Amino acid sequence: MIHAPLYGLVLAGGASRRMQVDKAAIEYEGQTQLQRAFNLLSVVCSKTFVSVRADQVNDSTRIAYSQIVDRHTDLGPLAGIAAAQATHSNAAWLIMACDLPFINAQTLQYLIDHRDAEQMATAFRSTHDNLPEPLCTIWEPSSVAVVRNWIGIGQKCPRKLLINSSIALLEQPQSNALDNINTPAEHLEALKILQSRPLNINVQYFALFREQAGKRDELIVSVATSPALLYTELQQRYGFTLEMKQLKVAINNEFSEWNAALKQNDRVAFIPPVAGG
Amino acid sequence: MISFSFSAVPLDCPALQRELNDPRAGGFVCFEGWVRNHNEGHDVTKLEYEAFEALAIKEADRIITEAVNQFGVLRASCVHRVGSLAIGDVAVWVGVSSVHRDEAFKACRYIIDEVKHRLPIWKKEYYVNGDSGWVNCERCAEVTHNHDHEHHHHNKDS
Repeated sequence: MIHAPLYGLVLAGGASRRMQVDKAAIEYEGQTQLQRAFNLLSVVCSKTFVSVRADQVNDSTRIAYSQIVDRHTDLGPLAGIAAAQATHSNAAWLIMACDLPFINAQTLQYLIDHRDAEQMATAFRSTHDNLPEPLCTIWEPSSVAVVRNWIGIGQKCPRKLLINSSIALLEQPQSNALDNINTPAEHLEALKILQSRPLNINVQYFALFREQAGKRDELIVSVATSPALLYTELQQRYGFTLEMKQLKVAINNEFSEWNAALKQNDRVAFIPPVAGG
Repeated sequence: MISFSFSAVPLDCPALQRELNDPRAGGFVCFEGWVRNHNEGHDVTKLEYEAFEALAIKEADRIITEAVNQFGVLRASCVHRVGSLAIGDVAVWVGVSSVHRDEAFKACRYIIDEVKHRLPIWKKEYYVNGDSGWVNCERCAEVTHNHDHEHHHHNKDS
């Protein structure tokens, strides 16, 4: 039989509260998560789009991509799924979250090779709880009405929808491929696994940090790609009591953003709440 | 003329004032922040100031330039102590000379307010009971430096 054409959608509208930075913009090996996810889908889908909230349309990380704008608010990933289906209702959609650092082309190809277009969706089984993983799933045109009804009765959870529906459920060919990251600590762990080129960073400690680290400065060899991740790593190492949101950060003796890219031999200083004068 | 510096030794305030002399000036306004013997109900015995000097000097030059441009004063300077200070010591000195008094008062007030909020300088208080702590970090840790309103706890008249 002839399947509906397969379009790709990257979900990148999440609020990233626990991550503290925009998930779509965080990088592995010089590529944003959004870019990595988009490139992977582009290889296996005939058209690929990025799902955004209305207020993200002109965001610098997202503006370069073909976008599909949410039509619902406060609906989470289901808003992205519904908007895609409303835009191209006769397509099947491979809809994937952007925060899956271990996803690869083989896993996506496996999903497509084992797609069952007779079912409303084809999804992987979670290796953590054996339930469907909704955020790397093919949604067939037959799911359009089901999704619409689900929203209509006030439901928000796409996972619950898959659990309550007849779908094709696949075992993952690679066990960690769908592990997502929600915190700076998980981001750091992912970098350790993915990245083979750590940086030499000179870290200066002042005031409370100097006392808690027991030194004024040191050379750190780290896979952290930003000051935010470096702070997460050093907080784990030294038990720093200050929260990142209380601090400012400087790179090479100038104030910096928390998600700035660290470079080889940068000098980094974390700035506790000040009390001069 | 603008300048900011740190000093590890007690400040010579009359000498700092002389550097702001200008034949065009009709007045001079100065603020001195002094180490006070109490803070928030605790008896303070001494203070230690620590600074990230390389960054603080850049940021302070920006603050003083802002003040000179915004209020049109002739000269402005600021010196901040680092190291161990005793009760009554001058911790920070700000001086401004200008043609008329109004802009001198405003520029002086602007500089001390911005210095307190923006410069990477930290203060450790030592108390009579033997305790000690970094202000805003261990003492009143919920207060961050990155805000617009005045701090509610100062151990000097500043």
